[in-house]
Amino acid sequence: MSAMKTTNVEVRLPSRMGFEKVAMSTAAAVAKLMGFRDDRVEDLKTAVAEACINAIEHGNRLNEKLSVGVVLSAGEDSLEVKVIDDGTGMKMHPTKPDIDRKMHGEEDARGMGMFLIQALVDEAEWVAGTDGKSSYVRLVIRLDKEQG
Amino acid sequence: MQSETKSHVDQLTSPAGHPVTVLRFEGDIASTSKDAVLGTYQALSKTTTRLILLDFSKVDYINSSGIALVIQLLIEASNSDQKVYAYGLSAHFTKVFTMVGITKYAGLFPTQSEALAAL
Repeated sequence: MSAMKTTNVEVRLPSRMGFEKVAMSTAAAVAKLMGFRDDRVEDLKTAVAEACINAIEHGNRLNEKLSVGVVLSAGEDSLEVKVIDDGTGMKMHPTKPDIDRKMHGEEDARGMGMFLIQALVDEAEWVAGTDGKSSYVRLVIRLDKEQG
Repeated sequence: MQSETKSHVDQLTSPAGHPVTVLRFEGDIASTSKDAVLGTYQALSKTTTRLILLDFSKVDYINSSGIALVIQLLIEASNSDQKVYAYGLSAHFTKVFTMVGITKYAGLFPTQSEALAAL
């Protein structure tokens, strides 16, 4: 088994809306250093922003005494991002928004974050913390061997 | 921390001679943008405004809360028999708007001139 070299970058955000952009910019910088194409960097930025918004709003319930941890692990051919909060974990599963139901008021206009995360990255999983806190979402995007 | 969303309204006429109300946005479109997005739209005359064009060319960041505001605008416009179009989205946000289905209710164009030419 070949040894995998992984480089970690960690960011800690206050639970205040808007600070997701700090994680978004950091993730974009790491992804660019790794050689991801611009369109994949944009996908990652939206996925990381939405994961942080969920952590701030739903996980930490906008409690500014709590922080959101963002751990970026850059491997040889993939970037893993864990967004960690002090909530009990997401109870919902990502579902594709139904624009017709939204337009007719049968579905909340909001609630697209998990769908966007899952649709824009190669892997996404939501993990509830075993102690009822420290839940996280784990995202992975992979470098395309073809991209230059 | 979130940048304030600026908005203003322009009245244009399409090459076909139709009056078009352009809502121009600048900054982030996020949960704090309700006044800039919905407030600006709701200040328009429901009786004289028939064609609405959303200008996203100076918007860098749109999150799911911002997309929800756009959907709420589309719902209100649909209920008032108004047609909504948009231009100036980056390739990424064009993809995101398509993924969530907005393109079914709002035609997207790359530029203002291409949008106006189609109206």
